[in-house]
Amino acid sequence: MELEKLILAIITQDKEKVYGAGAPVFLAISQEEQDKIALYLARITEGVIHDLENGVYVLVKH
Amino acid sequence: MKNLACVRSSGFQHPASLHRRDGALVRRRWSLWPKALGDRRPSGGPPDDSAQDTVFHTKEVFDVPPHAEAILVGVISGALIRYLFLRRDYRQYPSYPHGVVTHLSLGFIAAFIGAAAIPAIVEKEFTAVTFLALAATQFREVREMERTMLQNLDQGNLVPRGPDYIEGIARVFEARNYLIMFTSLLVSGITLWGNYLSGLLIAVVLLLIGLQLKGGKTITDIAKVRQGQVHFDGPLLYVEDIDFMNLGMGSVHEVYLERGIGIIIEPFDDNSRATLANNGQRMAISHDAAALMGIYKDVDTAEFTPIVRRDLDTGRVGLIIVPIEQDVKFLIEAVKRVPILESALSMPLKTYAGGKAAD
Repeated sequence: MELEKLILAIITQDKEKVYGAGAPVFLAISQEEQDKIALYLARITEGVIHDLENGVYVLVKH
Repeated sequence: MKNLACVRSSGFQHPASLHRRDGALVRRRWSLWPKALGDRRPSGGPPDDSAQDTVFHTKEVFDVPPHAEAILVGVISGALIRYLFLRRDYRQYPSYPHGVVTHLSLGFIAAFIGAAAIPAIVEKEFTAVTFLALAATQFREVREMERTMLQNLDQGNLVPRGPDYIEGIARVFEARNYLIMFTSLLVSGITLWGNYLSGLLIAVVLLLIGLQLKGGKTITDIAKVRQGQVHFDGPLLYVEDIDFMNLGMGSVHEVYLERGIGIIIEPFDDNSRATLANNGQRMAISHDAAALMGIYKDVDTAEFTPIVRRDLDTGRVGLIIVPIEQDVKFLIEAVKRVPILESALSMPLKTYAGGKAAD
């Protein structure tokens, strides 16, 4: 079985919320910065941004 | 034609050239040697005494192989029907000119094999009929060829067709060659039995039957298609009460709310519900909708890929798409015309357990 979905990156404002991640974690200091990083990374990696609603975005390759 | 001279020959004699107008049985062969050149033939044969006896009948002008008329009518009608069956439409295949050439050639071969079968039996050439089996193997290759090609092309599609759709198309290509073979067989058989007019009549009848059958079912036969309201609940994208996916970022939400169109497909019965549940069928829906209405997406904006999701409770299926053409009416029309894939079509109601359980 092939892995089709993969978390490429995690963008968070609160580093306490993410632990032991296999993907790189990007720390943002504001909502604007978080959105901007997420958007850039999404365009670069061709992934999709998903919102975990706790201030953490994950970038997933579908 | 008037220049055609008639010479005696000791070569192959066809029954068609065994008679003369006066009824005398004369073995002769009509050649293309121009009459104006007299009998100065390279072979230097004896002068031809029957040169004046020119007969203007196609069968006697050339060395006509046995049952040429039947084979000719069969091949021509078969190849013509193959051409008429080649659809060049939004599915973009085989709109490629070389695809057309490939399939016309294969159709011609199929038509020839089919058309030659009955004349071969009539001539007691039973081994010739075994070529039908050889042809069947050959046309299985067609399916393989189409599948590989479409799979490769699918990687370049912004919205892929999906394996089921590709398999369906490949199967159709294979089946149409068999259909042509069978058509030519019937047409040549009928021509042999009657004349070319009866053969052509059968060809037209078979073409009409074929056109009826090739259409197949579409979504509109199994479900009701209507528009649904697109909205977000937090990061979750919904069309009415069908949950599609979690999407981050306000800017993405804005695009969806502004340009996204939601479609709800409501199956008529349990058979249609099972058919719509098929993932390949759903990919076909999103591919066709995107191909017809345009898609607001590029390779790096995967979030605008059209998605088809299922309402687990009711079996309804929802489509969310960000089309270039903001025309809901025609988007609904496009979805209605998506073909039901053979591989997706399921009929649980026809079984005992399925039928009883649905009560």
